[in-house]
Amino acid sequence: MTLAQRGRWITIGALLLLAGVYVRALRFSPVEVHQGLAQKIFYLHVPAAWSAMLSMGLVGLASILFLIMKDRRLDRFAAASAEVGTVFCCVMLTTGPLWARPIWGTWWTWDARLTLTLMLFFLFIGYQVLRGAVNDPALRARYAAVVGICGLILLPFIHLSVYLFRTLHPQPIVLKPSAPSLPPEMLVTLLLSFGVFTLLYVGFVMQRYAIGEGGGNE
Amino acid sequence: MRELMRHTWLIARKDLQLEFRSRTALASAFVFTALVLVIFEYGRDPTAVPTIDLAPSILWVTFSFAAMLGLNRAFQAELENQALDGLLLAPISRTSLFWGKLTANLVFVALVQVVGVLLFILFFNVPVWRVWLPFLLVCALATIGFIAVGTLFSAMVVRTRFAELMLPVLLLPFLLPPLIAAVAITVKLFAGRPLSESAGWLRLLAGYDLAFVSLTTLLFPATVTE
Amino acid sequence: MLWARELTHAFGAIRALDGISFTLERGRTLVIFGPNGAGKTTLLRVLAGLVRPMRGSAGVEGGRRAIGWIGHQSQLYGHLTIRENLQFWGSLYDVLARDLERRQGELLSRLGLEARAGQQVRTLSRGETQRAAIARALVHDPAVLLLDEPFTGLDRLAAEELGALLGELAARGRATVLVTHDVKEGTDLASDVAFMRAGRFVEFGPRGTRDAAALTTAYREALRGA
Repeated sequence: MTLAQRGRWITIGALLLLAGVYVRALRFSPVEVHQGLAQKIFYLHVPAAWSAMLSMGLVGLASILFLIMKDRRLDRFAAASAEVGTVFCCVMLTTGPLWARPIWGTWWTWDARLTLTLMLFFLFIGYQVLRGAVNDPALRARYAAVVGICGLILLPFIHLSVYLFRTLHPQPIVLKPSAPSLPPEMLVTLLLSFGVFTLLYVGFVMQRYAIGEGGGNE
Repeated sequence: MRELMRHTWLIARKDLQLEFRSRTALASAFVFTALVLVIFEYGRDPTAVPTIDLAPSILWVTFSFAAMLGLNRAFQAELENQALDGLLLAPISRTSLFWGKLTANLVFVALVQVVGVLLFILFFNVPVWRVWLPFLLVCALATIGFIAVGTLFSAMVVRTRFAELMLPVLLLPFLLPPLIAAVAITVKLFAGRPLSESAGWLRLLAGYDLAFVSLTTLLFPATVTE
Repeated sequence: MLWARELTHAFGAIRALDGISFTLERGRTLVIFGPNGAGKTTLLRVLAGLVRPMRGSAGVEGGRRAIGWIGHQSQLYGHLTIRENLQFWGSLYDVLARDLERRQGELLSRLGLEARAGQQVRTLSRGETQRAAIARALVHDPAVLLLDEPFTGLDRLAAEELGALLGELAARGRATVLVTHDVKEGTDLASDVAFMRAGRFVEFGPRGTRDAAALTTAYREALRGA
């Protein structure tokens, strides 16, 4: 089986599992008292954030390795991971407002997590815009690697600065997006969702990497 | 080390010489700064929001955008007659080339900031002179890290299509931490609070500068060597 | 003086260099003839250290300090005068101040640029710019000269002048590598001749007594046969 085919199977499997997680979330996990049904988005929103971070982390790592080892496959992987990361960012940024509106009465809030994901989204976009603007593959790979590494190092600073900013300002909401104490059934569902999203990441990246040779990035 | 410093200085001096000769980037940045401040002045309702609350944000946003205007000129001049090849052929380290560019950019931005602050005091009547020393420190700390990243990115972007647009797109996420920190500290300073209250923010700025000046210095050779 | 060993380099699928090896002693002038795309410029750039080859190695005795490069582009700064350009490039190569004064004077008079020395480079004619570029390349008295199609765009008089100058430099012990696609131009200067095609040397050896016509014939044959 080719890489693309394997990737497709993994993605299909992950999507089926995701459906399974949602069945569990909707039927078998308790409904949260304050937030009601809207809270179920939580199982999409939080793991999507995790996958987006994972994508960025791996873009950064692949970039560092690429500059050291100069293996072009690492560059292809980074490109694939960045695209997939963009998708997960979009999921996170759309589920966020969908969740926030019924609960907080507002579409958007500048809390640490959402701002970080928004910046991550811009980093991914910038990364891909740069890739699109350079014709020479070798130059493109080097430039992308430089931006990827800088982006990775930026993330902790963004998180820190937004967090510091928010803690010095009154919080508009009482509940934090991911409560530290979850009833065990919810926790299990959440963990399952994390696993599924990681699997989705792997499946997507495999397919994107496989297309890499024929697609726009190569 | 002395060699490094000497070469850095030679390159910075040459860059500044060039800029003062042609004056285009500097003039644009000055005009832009003045324009933005004027627009902010007329764009706000003085009865609704007290100046001193909004002032730091206005100042720092203006600084950032004016700085970005000037960043592309650093490597643009090198492409004109392929002088960049000459610089890469010369027996100087890539680090001194990068630091020379960075220094010239910092001087450029400092000049724009001086003009900006003067106009700012003029338009917004904010008591900057009372806290000028801590304010100077904040300006320096907030600018260095961000400009280092900007210098690195401009080296890459200058060889791509849409260079003027590409640089802000790549650079804006990197603006967030120093911008937030600078505004937070400036608000405190203008409110008469001692600098020590902003220790956390200052640490963030210092950490950011250290991290990114080192990282960009390390990464620069990758952008110019084939 | 300078050497290459099993140089191999590719740009994507294109083999720019395919196992090039040679050495060149001082006082010798190697002229490499080849059609466009043969890899001549890449070879020069690898020798200069601007490009790191995928395989193999190349070097110049004395390192970057000893290299003088003349190519299509002048590598001069338009808004600086000829003197300022020479000042800058000379000091990058660590030429001492008083030596720099002297060399500037010598080069300016030798190349007929004394009258224009205080003019900004962007105001010079094409021919004057070319001569200024040569001055820049020679200001640090390099032991090795790398020339990438230096006669392009020169009128006959200027080309002859350049040829004479290069001949003098060779007589004084410089090692020179000159690449060109025009057999007529480089012939008189060459002590050694190479024909390059698709990244390889199809022929390499002393020129002997062959004149331009003989070389042209040999060149055509070599290209047809390979």
